[in-house]
Amino acid sequence: MTVLPVRSTGLVGRRPPAALLRAPRYPEGLAGHTVTEKILSAHSGRDARAGTVVVCRVDYALGTDGSTPMALDYFEAMGGSRVQHPERIVFALDHYAPAPSRHTAALHQRMRDFAALHGIPLWDVGDGIGHQLMVESGRAAPGRLLVGADSHAVTYGAVNCFGTGIGSSELAAILIGGAIWLSVPESIRVVLTGALAPGVDAKDIALALARELGADGAAYRALEFCGPALGSLDLDDRLVLANLSVEMGAKNAIFPGEVAPDADARYCREVEIALDSLVPQVALPHQVDRVVGVDAARGIGVQMVYLGTCTGGRARDFHRARDVLRAGGGPAPGVQLVVTPASRSVLETLARDGTLADFVAMGAVVGTPGCGSCCGTCAPIPGDGVNVISTANRNFKGRMGNAQSAIYLASPATCAAAAVRGAISDPREIA
Amino acid sequence: MIDGRARVFGDDVNTDYIISSRRKRESLDPAVLRRYLFEDLDPLFAATLAPGDLIVAGKNFGCGSAMEVAVTVLEGAGMKAVVARSFSRTYFRNAVNNGLIPVTCDTGGIREGDRLAIELRPEPTGCAVRVRNETAGFDIPAAPLDGLLMAIIQAGGLAPYFKQHGRFPLAL
Repeated sequence: MTVLPVRSTGLVGRRPPAALLRAPRYPEGLAGHTVTEKILSAHSGRDARAGTVVVCRVDYALGTDGSTPMALDYFEAMGGSRVQHPERIVFALDHYAPAPSRHTAALHQRMRDFAALHGIPLWDVGDGIGHQLMVESGRAAPGRLLVGADSHAVTYGAVNCFGTGIGSSELAAILIGGAIWLSVPESIRVVLTGALAPGVDAKDIALALARELGADGAAYRALEFCGPALGSLDLDDRLVLANLSVEMGAKNAIFPGEVAPDADARYCREVEIALDSLVPQVALPHQVDRVVGVDAARGIGVQMVYLGTCTGGRARDFHRARDVLRAGGGPAPGVQLVVTPASRSVLETLARDGTLADFVAMGAVVGTPGCGSCCGTCAPIPGDGVNVISTANRNFKGRMGNAQSAIYLASPATCAAAAVRGAISDPREIA
Repeated sequence: MIDGRARVFGDDVNTDYIISSRRKRESLDPAVLRRYLFEDLDPLFAATLAPGDLIVAGKNFGCGSAMEVAVTVLEGAGMKAVVARSFSRTYFRNAVNNGLIPVTCDTGGIREGDRLAIELRPEPTGCAVRVRNETAGFDIPAAPLDGLLMAIIQAGGLAPYFKQHGRFPLAL
């Protein structure tokens, strides 16, 4: 398994003392628990069964520049004066990085001031996407309960912890009290069998699952992955699958590990995905579950290719894209190639191993590590009538900042193949 | 008990339909935003809103962006509850955390303009909920609400709850 580098950015400040994080305690003599039920039981001191509501201790909470300013308003409205466990909170300036306006620069400054006053670690502009840093920094670890005031906090489930998205008022409540109420979800068992063919990626599994379940097929529920194919899926693969679970409505997604399900755990549904039969997938505008095999989208012209985000912005994603681009002779004329690493650490890896120089030589626009073009808040925005193909997780109308453009979602290799041909293509025919 | 007149919407009403993002850029004041409620679905709707009206919807109400203002705008229009076949996860949380009662029940038999009465009956572990369609003359069972969630709702949301209690009742 690929182990992501664990590093501190210098701005992170102190790492939390280990003593703060109590080892998970599971109530004795209870059986029939899913992984999610076990973690919620350990953090609530209750037998957390699907359908009940429990108050859980939070190990780590992330606030981004999209959600934290409003949480600070709620903090004041709650009469908050002190942050109970500042070392369990972290702020990330990632959605508006670098600040594209005076207004957002002021929001950033407000977050920096609050963080400094209360001793909260902060990832500043250029450090990367908060979700990626929660994993890189080791905050996401087996058995823990993490939340983020951003929907893609589900990503942390890749490392066998509970991760879910919360609102701004709840982040304020965690600043004050370190806890949150959660209704315990039923779990859908996702059985993965077989092995991926060359040129097919974890993103293709996730898109195929989105087609199978639909955009609200996992609403209120957890996705628990299992099956013989798990052994062949490394951390990068698991992060992609967990990340996209929220596009199926899931509360969280989780891979087994130190915390495993009981043999008699109860599931509300079982879905099997046979990896052998998968081909590269493409999600068509403007729904993540409108997914077809690459052949059905072949030939659709693209003018912008976006490589990045908390779904597809890790070093291996860029390596795979670079390999296809190199084999195909670089991007076709008229294609804007935008590269945005998920974190500074990813950027450093690409700089060290020559990948960054390759992209620069191909004429790519290289952006500040962060959310970049994904949600239209900063970085290049597609023009009217432009078709974009992206390694991101959402293709809603207007998502990248222009409702007159259309977004296709695919794996890094499929995005790179589209860049080479100027049209959606099968990467296996190029690499 | 809460009673009112049903104003009926369909499935998958997202938070941008409840209150448009372009209005949120101008103001976050619920008293202002209530004038634009559901304007992209029906530009005349907000003008026909009367005191005591209740929003009734199909499945997945409040999907899309998790902005809490999509809850506070209904409260700004004087509503104490919202009725739907199901809610998106984030809308349900935001409703509770801002003191709006999310009533989950089969809304298929409710027509525009029906008089509804929502009964909340405290029970040992929470609160039983029933919706009576007074116009059509039948009761609709609704999902019960957990005791802690009712306590948050009755306080008026998380902010007043924390002002009163200072913290959640954590068993650990």
